[in-house]
Amino acid sequence: MIELLSTTPPTSTGEAVAFWFLAPITVIAAVMIVVSRKAVHSALWMATTMIVLAVLYIMQGGIFLGVVQVVVYTGAVMMLFLFVVMLVGVDASDSFVETLRGQRVAAILLATGFGVLMVAGVSRATFQEAVGVGAANDAAGGHVEAIAEAIFTRYVFTFEIVSIVLVTAAVGAMTLTHKERLTPRKLQPELSVERIRGGHPTPYPSPGVYAQHNAVDTPALLPDGSPAEDSVPEELRRQGTVRYTELEAARESEQEGGDTR
Amino acid sequence: MNPENYLYLASILFVIGAVGVLLRRNAIVVFMCIELMLNASNLAFVSFARLNGNIDGQVIAFFVMVVAAAEVVIGLAIIVTIFRTRRSASVDDPNLLKL
Repeated sequence: MIELLSTTPPTSTGEAVAFWFLAPITVIAAVMIVVSRKAVHSALWMATTMIVLAVLYIMQGGIFLGVVQVVVYTGAVMMLFLFVVMLVGVDASDSFVETLRGQRVAAILLATGFGVLMVAGVSRATFQEAVGVGAANDAAGGHVEAIAEAIFTRYVFTFEIVSIVLVTAAVGAMTLTHKERLTPRKLQPELSVERIRGGHPTPYPSPGVYAQHNAVDTPALLPDGSPAEDSVPEELRRQGTVRYTELEAARESEQEGGDTR
Repeated sequence: MNPENYLYLASILFVIGAVGVLLRRNAIVVFMCIELMLNASNLAFVSFARLNGNIDGQVIAFFVMVVAAAEVVIGLAIIVTIFRTRRSASVDDPNLLKL
């Protein structure tokens, strides 16, 4: 199949069908990245775009690149994105309030103008008949061999610089997320003393399990029907993403600000 | 089909990414749009490699991918650091250039 893909004639009917099937998917997914309110939805649309782009690379003879695209982008980069989205808070949706007045209109106008310029530039350029990478592959004895030859001979200096960039990025990420420990680490004796003296020696109540909600952000209900605040992790309370159940909401509207929670 | 269509697709994707960078407030989504722009340029590189019949465009696209991965690592680390101190991932909030 690799021979077939890398030596196909420059344009074929099959490629045209695949292109006109995949290109709209890419564009729609890209638009959905921009218009999705939640970052998680954006991330999922991003994964769609990446996979379709990998297929487009493979269609044009970039088989190695397509595989790397799937492994690096949809595998590593998107996982990193999802990880950070979960860390920052899934429910934290974007505010659509403009800080600069007229920014949205100006941005869309600018982007439209830019797009028109680019498309016009491409349409006015004259291209030679597409050659295809088949001959270049055959000269090196295979597709991966051709890429390896290019990377390790003509582009070996770039390759070294890119490796330095990667190492710097790894060190930088470690430095940025490193937290200096200001107080000595608490061990078992200190923790147990703190627990007994601290006024709450027993474990905290676990979050509620209901027919509709069964997650750590749903507080358990105390015997009087009010939510047990300390059954939800402190981090969620600080983020303000605690989900009160419908029961509690109904009770609240009934009492209409009677007692303090 | 004309292989130039890939270049049109790359231009459209790049413009969509640019719109996202200009419009969105969430730093993570802005980052995804930057990735989209990098990928659009990669698509153009691969198309040019195919049009000209040499492998160099694919090699450069490969390098772009590596740089994009490094950029994501650093950018997300910065976002996490800002979120830790500011409790927000919006690009409007960190306007004091200090943590």
